[in-house]
Amino acid sequence: MDALIPLFVAIPLISAFLIIILGKLVKGFHRFLAPLTLLVLLIMALYEFTSLGGTSHTYAMGGWIGDGGFPVGIFLVLDGFSVLMLCIINLIGLVALFYSLSYIAKYTAEANYYALFCLIVAGMNGVVLSGDLFNLFVFLEVSVISSYALVAFGVGKTELEASFKYQVLGGLASMLILLAISLIYWKTKTVNIADIRNVLDAGYSKSFYVFVQVLLISGFGLKAAIIPFHAWLPDAHSSAPSPISAMLSGVLIKAVGIYVLIRLFFNMFVFSHEIAMVITSLGVISMVVGSLLALIQWDVKRLLAYSSISQMGYVVMAFGMGILLLLKGDNEPAAILAIGGGIYHMINHAVFKGLLFLNAGSLEYRLDTRNLKEMGGLSKAMPVTSTTSFMASMSISGIPPFNGFFSKLIIIVAAINGRFYLLATLAVIVSIITLAYFLKFQRFAFFNKAAGKAVQKIKEVPFPMSFSMIFLAVLCLALSLLAIPSVSETVLRPAIDVLIQFELYSTTLIGI
Amino acid sequence: MEGMSTIVKKVSQLVAGIIFMYGIYIILHGHLTPGGGFAGGAIIAGAFILLILAFGSSALNLKKEVAGSSNTESVAILMVVILAIMSLLMGIKVFFTNFLPKGEPGTLLSAGVIPLYNIFIGIEVAGAILTIFLALVIFKEESSK
Repeated sequence: MDALIPLFVAIPLISAFLIIILGKLVKGFHRFLAPLTLLVLLIMALYEFTSLGGTSHTYAMGGWIGDGGFPVGIFLVLDGFSVLMLCIINLIGLVALFYSLSYIAKYTAEANYYALFCLIVAGMNGVVLSGDLFNLFVFLEVSVISSYALVAFGVGKTELEASFKYQVLGGLASMLILLAISLIYWKTKTVNIADIRNVLDAGYSKSFYVFVQVLLISGFGLKAAIIPFHAWLPDAHSSAPSPISAMLSGVLIKAVGIYVLIRLFFNMFVFSHEIAMVITSLGVISMVVGSLLALIQWDVKRLLAYSSISQMGYVVMAFGMGILLLLKGDNEPAAILAIGGGIYHMINHAVFKGLLFLNAGSLEYRLDTRNLKEMGGLSKAMPVTSTTSFMASMSISGIPPFNGFFSKLIIIVAAINGRFYLLATLAVIVSIITLAYFLKFQRFAFFNKAAGKAVQKIKEVPFPMSFSMIFLAVLCLALSLLAIPSVSETVLRPAIDVLIQFELYSTTLIGI
Repeated sequence: MEGMSTIVKKVSQLVAGIIFMYGIYIILHGHLTPGGGFAGGAIIAGAFILLILAFGSSALNLKKEVAGSSNTESVAILMVVILAIMSLLMGIKVFFTNFLPKGEPGTLLSAGVIPLYNIFIGIEVAGAILTIFLALVIFKEESSK
């Protein structure tokens, strides 16, 4: 067993509680410990990524290995897909934390911020690694409850309202998920994901599991803010402090929403045509409606939040197409292309949406406003913010040579190969709408004539903030390399294999 | 918040000690009888809350109490994680595994590390519930000013 796996959860937990205890006694302790923790986690994730090489590791907590084919203990599973998620979570976490070093200095109770940040990372790492449903639920609650607190961190009127809304809808989602888990436990007598798959393979009553699947889609759809369930996201993501918005939009909705949906629907449930249609159409609806809603926003962070919904629509649609193509069974290359495009777009979105929220944070840090109408002419005053946000905007709208172009291209090519011509057309149209609202953002924030405040006095943001932005902007370019077949073969292929050969997950885990 | 009458104060003083002992009993016998860290911790917190309700918050320095209980809570949960990590470092090198002698089943000193986990979880739960209660009291006092 690989002893590093449980440390992904244990290390951030330890530093969270150390920060609360020692943060009051030693000045500046939290500013030192929290980035160090994330750095260690990132190095561990990258090490696992290089050493894994397409295999999967399972870790039995407390040495409780299953007896006679019944896995009784808690299992952590590290495979190609989860290790990729671990890398994204800890990378974006590290960058956002480094950015916070100067951004968060204006708030009181800094130590609590860093402790909650470590908790949110611990929860997400746990969700990604967990091999059984109930643990997944517990870790999900750890990360989501810390995010409720972090959204309300500004303790202003709008922040508290957004956090309350988020809590009500998040609580509803958790209830639906818990109900679904208990229904599954009732029927299959197990909560281990691989074991449930084996039970389902032996035969199951379809109507019951359709109900469970609908419950899970609504629950995790609420967490992932797919369109009919998106009401909390624009408020929560725009009111949180900007590094937290980057974390929420960049990785939280993926780790606790999309990732879990994908994992459960590929590796736990048996595919069914109706559910695949539901997933695909939800993806298409969020993609189209999210982008149209983003077009009319004047608040920078609300615009970015709606654009998150739209981009997540792309990912969900790609996975839905993948399931549909796998079900048809005659066109596996297109299915691989669709799933690979979905994973690739998920990684890219974490990077450029993280960067865009950090840009919005820089604007807010210097101007104290999020309203686009009160900005303008900042390209001279804030060159780093301007350049990096231009790169991120081009990337998210799908302009070559940035990474967003390639992932969207792969999804569209997959749609055409799989004969989903309508979806391909919609994806292209939404991409153009995305370009439109990001050009609006660029024009009103950076290139228009100055409005309101005197621009001359505004300076560039301090070093930690500008460094984080430059780092992510470089990553936006570097991730384009994943479009090269030989590179994607080593990086994305293990993750795709986990989802394509969906039977392997259940057979390898039980076989320990 | 004002305190209550002398009768209430006296009775709660008498009862609180017994409730506290009962909480400790539940925690220590967590591996033998129903209950354990969470239930016992909630009972212990109940003993403190009873006293605070009877004597009133004006008898306390609330900020100091909150700092104390939240520190206790953090130390306890840190100890739980450290115990889990100790399992990783000792013995068969598995996270959360047992590294103490198991003892004779049914006696108080048995079940390896589980009683230790129960004790620290009990302290953690008591500290957490007390912190939440005190935070609500502080909120009430500040909003009534």
